[in-house]
Amino acid sequence: MNPELQLFLQQLLNGLTIGMVYALIALGYTMVYGVLQLINFAHGEVFMVGGYLALTAAGLATSLWAGLPFWVILLFLFLFSILGCSLLGAVIERTAYRPLRGSPKLTALISSIGMSFVLQNAVMLIYGSKEQSMPDVLPRWQLDLGGVTVSLIQLIIFATALSLMALLTLFVKRTRMGKAMRAASENPEAASLMGISVNGVIRTTFVLGSALAAVGGSLFAMNYGSLNFHDGYLAGIKAFTAAVFGGIGSIPGAMIGGVLLGVFEGFGAGYISSEWKDVFAFGLLIILLLFRPSGILGENVPEKV
Amino acid sequence: MNLGKASEKIKNLPYPLQIVLFLGPFFLFPLFDKNTYHLDLLTGVGIFALLAMGLNVVVGLTGLLNLGYAAFFGIGAYTYALLNLHWHWSFWCGLPAAGLVSMLFGFLIGMPSIRVRGDYLAITTLGFGEITRIAFNNLDQWTGGPNGLLGIARPRFFNYSFSVNPTPYLYLVLVMIALTAFFLFRMSRSKIGRALVAIREDELAASCMGVPALHVKLVAFGVSAFIAGLAGAVFAAKQTIITPDSFDFVLSVLLLAMVVLGGMGNIWGAVLGALVLGVLPELLRGFAVYRMLIFGLVMILMMIFRPQGILGSQIIRRELGSPKEKGSDGTS
Repeated sequence: MNPELQLFLQQLLNGLTIGMVYALIALGYTMVYGVLQLINFAHGEVFMVGGYLALTAAGLATSLWAGLPFWVILLFLFLFSILGCSLLGAVIERTAYRPLRGSPKLTALISSIGMSFVLQNAVMLIYGSKEQSMPDVLPRWQLDLGGVTVSLIQLIIFATALSLMALLTLFVKRTRMGKAMRAASENPEAASLMGISVNGVIRTTFVLGSALAAVGGSLFAMNYGSLNFHDGYLAGIKAFTAAVFGGIGSIPGAMIGGVLLGVFEGFGAGYISSEWKDVFAFGLLIILLLFRPSGILGENVPEKV
Repeated sequence: MNLGKASEKIKNLPYPLQIVLFLGPFFLFPLFDKNTYHLDLLTGVGIFALLAMGLNVVVGLTGLLNLGYAAFFGIGAYTYALLNLHWHWSFWCGLPAAGLVSMLFGFLIGMPSIRVRGDYLAITTLGFGEITRIAFNNLDQWTGGPNGLLGIARPRFFNYSFSVNPTPYLYLVLVMIALTAFFLFRMSRSKIGRALVAIREDELAASCMGVPALHVKLVAFGVSAFIAGLAGAVFAAKQTIITPDSFDFVLSVLLLAMVVLGGMGNIWGAVLGALVLGVLPELLRGFAVYRMLIFGLVMILMMIFRPQGILGSQIIRRELGSPKEKGSDGTS
């Protein structure tokens, strides 16, 4: 294959991989924003906790049941991480945000920043401040497509992320709870007058968002092989950027935004320099917002008079 | 609550008196406490207070969320450092230059607010903040990369040269806070100040009344960036070493927390917020490794028990507030 095309495809693939992870985190931001108009700063930390839980689960599984096939371990690791993070999401919502319902928006934002400090430091105290390496759970295997290599973890990332996105879309479009979520994000007061438990909807939103972040964190830990308690911060602001990029509040927007941000970053790292890749991503974001001030799929809400 | 009433009473005092009452005790502080560590901490808090006052112009008065404010602080610090190291500018020439360069960037970042609104504007400022930090980190030949710049000159005042002793810096910062407070009080009572609040409360109605929204928003961004630039120059001259890490997103977020905690739109609220969040981590030193954990918990609890901030009595309606509650004006 033409080496330039090969580099292009390889960067595209790497970008898509990280973009899928961003998309999973971005979904949590966008869903919470949809119902509460809150930028949930602690969400990046939930993602990081998800990664650490996966790390613990992998450590447990590889030491206890060494002979098991990798997909069983993988399943266990995802379930462990999802359960832990969903619970955490519900607890965060109950303790840090519910008491602030109805107070100015920035108040809840500051509360979420406080929560993010708490989670980051709790993880640092539990796991230590050094980088933790993720035990190998996957067999060494890769696919060679004419010079472009696809690793097993990349395939797993694509498969899980895409199927979760499809499931989420079905959930929001087809189920009663999904309908309630859409109603609550449209107009919480009218929704509660129609008999929808808005608090229940908000809790579900946090649980779902945290579960997606847990999967994202587990995939991230397996892809990079190590974790640090700081990792939630950068991934969090990137994912939030992705959510805004796609149009905050919009679920398909978050998916597209995440994937696009990942691809931009991949090309930035491949063609410009890896040191400047974030500048590339943020610069494109600013330029895009100048032309489409509400993101790619965001609704342009006209001002009411 | 009592605090609210007390702050109402303070608000009714003439502003020069407010400045004297608020800052007077801090001017006297070095006479009673000669502990270098305390004075150094207080100087740091003073720099935070300047920054919080500047951020308050954009967030509290105009109602635009800025998540990249640390970048302006960094631009000010690097401007003075570069002017001093390459062209041997003195502190007193570098100080206004740092403010002006930072203000230029403020205008630049204010530009997207023509079209971009609310949280989308917030993310533009966040992006700008990250780009600035990465640029400081990567433009090695200018900024020294991750190692930063060192050997920045301390100020001289006539024949007196500043040294490691924090007391003169404390006085410098206090004088700057007093001047900034004076300027902000004048501004908030001027036509432009009323225009800022009008935009915060209802941009559409304000522009229908003939308030030039873009022009006024740019002024807010410019003034706020100017103050951060000055604070940056002081910081660089005090530390004599600056690194990109000092101007990261966490600082932007912490400054925002100071403004909200103190009470948005209130000049003294910003100073008080800086005092609380600046001193708290030091008070928690006894908890050693649990320090930042407790700091986070305290932030959550403070928001739960006093959502309008320590001195806040007005609720900011539009983009930053909930639409249900209407608040009176009251910028001072």
